[in-house]
Amino acid sequence: MALLQISEPGLSAAPHQHRLAVGIDLGTTNSLVATVRNGISLVLNNESGHALLPSVVRYAADASVQVGDAAQALQSEDPVNTIVSVKRFMGRGLADVGDVSNLPYRFVEAPSFATGQTHGMLQLRTVGGVKSPVEVSAEILNVLRVRAEQSLGGDLVGVVITVPAYFDDAQRQATKDAAKLAGLNVLRLLNEPTAAAIAYGLDNASEGIYAVYDLGGGTFDISILKLSKGVFEVLATNGDSALGGDDFDHRIYCWVLEKNNLSALGAHDTRLLLTRARAAKEELTDYAETRITAILSNGEVIDTVLTQQDFYDMSKNLVARSMQPIRRALRDAELAVDEIKGVVMVGGSTRMPQVQRAVAEFFKQDPLTNLDPDKVVALGAAIQANVLAGNRNEEDWLLLDVSPLSLGIEIMGGLTEKIIPRNSTIPTARAQEFTTYKDGQTAMSVHVVQGERELVSDCRSLARFELRGIPPMVAGAARIRVTYQIDADGLLSVSAREQSSGLQSHIVVKPSYGLSDDEVARMLQDSTLHARDDMQSRALREQQVEAQQLLDAVANALEQDGATLLNEEARASIHAAMDVVRNALQGSEQQAIKRAVAKLNEATLPFAQARMDKSVSRALTGQNISQLDN
Amino acid sequence: MLSLGSDFQKDFFSLFNLPVRFQLNTALLEQHFRVLQMQVHPDKFTHLPESERRVSMQWATRVNEGYQTLRKPIDRARYLLMLHGVDTQEETNTAMPVDFLIRQMEWREGVAEALQAKDSAVLDELNHKLRQDVKSLQMQLEQLLDKQQDYPAAAGIVRKLKFFEKLAEEIDSAFDEIDD
Repeated sequence: MALLQISEPGLSAAPHQHRLAVGIDLGTTNSLVATVRNGISLVLNNESGHALLPSVVRYAADASVQVGDAAQALQSEDPVNTIVSVKRFMGRGLADVGDVSNLPYRFVEAPSFATGQTHGMLQLRTVGGVKSPVEVSAEILNVLRVRAEQSLGGDLVGVVITVPAYFDDAQRQATKDAAKLAGLNVLRLLNEPTAAAIAYGLDNASEGIYAVYDLGGGTFDISILKLSKGVFEVLATNGDSALGGDDFDHRIYCWVLEKNNLSALGAHDTRLLLTRARAAKEELTDYAETRITAILSNGEVIDTVLTQQDFYDMSKNLVARSMQPIRRALRDAELAVDEIKGVVMVGGSTRMPQVQRAVAEFFKQDPLTNLDPDKVVALGAAIQANVLAGNRNEEDWLLLDVSPLSLGIEIMGGLTEKIIPRNSTIPTARAQEFTTYKDGQTAMSVHVVQGERELVSDCRSLARFELRGIPPMVAGAARIRVTYQIDADGLLSVSAREQSSGLQSHIVVKPSYGLSDDEVARMLQDSTLHARDDMQSRALREQQVEAQQLLDAVANALEQDGATLLNEEARASIHAAMDVVRNALQGSEQQAIKRAVAKLNEATLPFAQARMDKSVSRALTGQNISQLDN
Repeated sequence: MLSLGSDFQKDFFSLFNLPVRFQLNTALLEQHFRVLQMQVHPDKFTHLPESERRVSMQWATRVNEGYQTLRKPIDRARYLLMLHGVDTQEETNTAMPVDFLIRQMEWREGVAEALQAKDSAVLDELNHKLRQDVKSLQMQLEQLLDKQQDYPAAAGIVRKLKFFEKLAEEIDSAFDEIDD
């Protein structure tokens, strides 16, 4: 299987015109980075030949940070400062995490921008300072960035980072913020099951309807995809962003406590037993029973035998919990079980025999496991990154994904009104008109939520948008058109315009669980990640590269379509804007280059529209005129 | 300079190169949807300048919207009527034949009973019946819109279909509740 070739670190760089891009699977338990080299997707190893980077970060008192195996080795010794499974905290408040008493961390409740109360994204107090999950994730991403840059021999043009399909807006935004902190240019956030489908589908040239069952360390996704003539179309997705291998470990952990009459263990013992529980779980994939041994800090010796059957019994409910989202996804896709041609298994947790059996029973067929469930997501992400970076691949294929959760707003009585239904193909947008209810009203507030339930309190608060600058009019006269746009990353943005005056309303966004732009900027400033790098020179370098690429792209577009789509005057104004960029590139002032780039982008917008018009009308002409009347 | 956005302003039928009528060749719609997205999708523009990325997102959004609108019969009918200048008055015109309303109440009772008994087999059956009723209304729509051009009558059918749409949502959430 060509896809699973593993490279040595430090191999010579790809040819110059090849733009370096990688796919990153930022997992709950392990993270990986992969790239496409000579048309083959491969996972990049570290110096010791390991592909999997444990998603574990340890903060020390001297402000140093350890990531991966080194941190993992110390997780029982220093549980409070060693953060594992941080993905479960991304874009989450303390209340979302549920029972925190079993977690060895010192949580800090952060204020929410939306409510001003303590319901924002949680933080963790370590000896190295208070850390946001975004910062912890950035440390993991940074290690993978360095690994990739060393292995590929150059700066990365961009990355594709995978997220669980069922991640909500706050979790996606947190992931993107983490990438920004790690100095990565995110080409796309890609849903994990979809990434797996790419790796699987392109490798097998499959056609038909497939289900991807993705049970990771902390999240569960089910996606139903239609593969047809190079198009991967997600029909429906569902899941549980708080169900994964960790929960199976936890069941074993609780069982050990019960069996040995233990209660209220300290952080060290908790982490120790959780580690033993995970090892036991992995053992039980291949053996009928396993022995769990540990010496607790008070000297008490734990020595218990766990059988496969006991493990199956205690985890039955967890496996059952994953079946419910499958039924929902099938209902949404209006499909019956027998219409599913194949079921792809993704995520390390799908190695558990009871999971495989339950999936086989549900779909009445054996699931496909011929790609390594730990690597398939990163491999797919790398294939997508390669295409998005502009390295054309021979065959033209396209990915059409959906938004996993319905988007709604709060209306009277604490109820929600759905605006964009779940499983809408992205990008998507919906507009709504509001009016004022008081004379002279100049502001209004819109509460946006994500979820399927009728009550706002049962949905997830995304953000509150305050519209300001509505021209004062009598009540009911203003017509404010609010547009909700979900982009190809599954991220929401909102814009508003008063219709009669045409005035653009000013929008203040207060994300409920996210970080404000200012906060991300501050973290970027504070970040030790860039201590070695001169941040400013890096920013200048990136700006220069971007400007040069823009010039090349515009020149290219002018050569193709300039003569036919533009008159002389329009061409001249674009050329003038290009000259401004060229001049700015002579100097080394980053802001000047940035301004010139923005100007050129603006100047070329009508041209871009005309080019798109042309390619659209060309696409369907000549096609099946004869079929028009059938 | 060429007049900009001329294609962008086209109605959805023209955009997808399909005849302006209710009867639809679903396979052709799907095929043209794919052809269009191949041209406009943001994934094709990530390495290009911001202006082109912006245009791409607007277009891809519009193509998705058009696809959704044309694919779903009730939305397609509503859209056709809008093109003909007919408002379906779904919010304002709530006058319905009595027998239709009685039947709707029976439906709702059936869903409530199935939910109480946690009987998903009964729900399945209701769902199946609902689809049949919806299908026959859709056939009427095709007659009224494509053959008779009786738009006010078609608007009446759309209002009926709206009831069924809500009912389908209720059945859906009943399934979810039984699942929980």
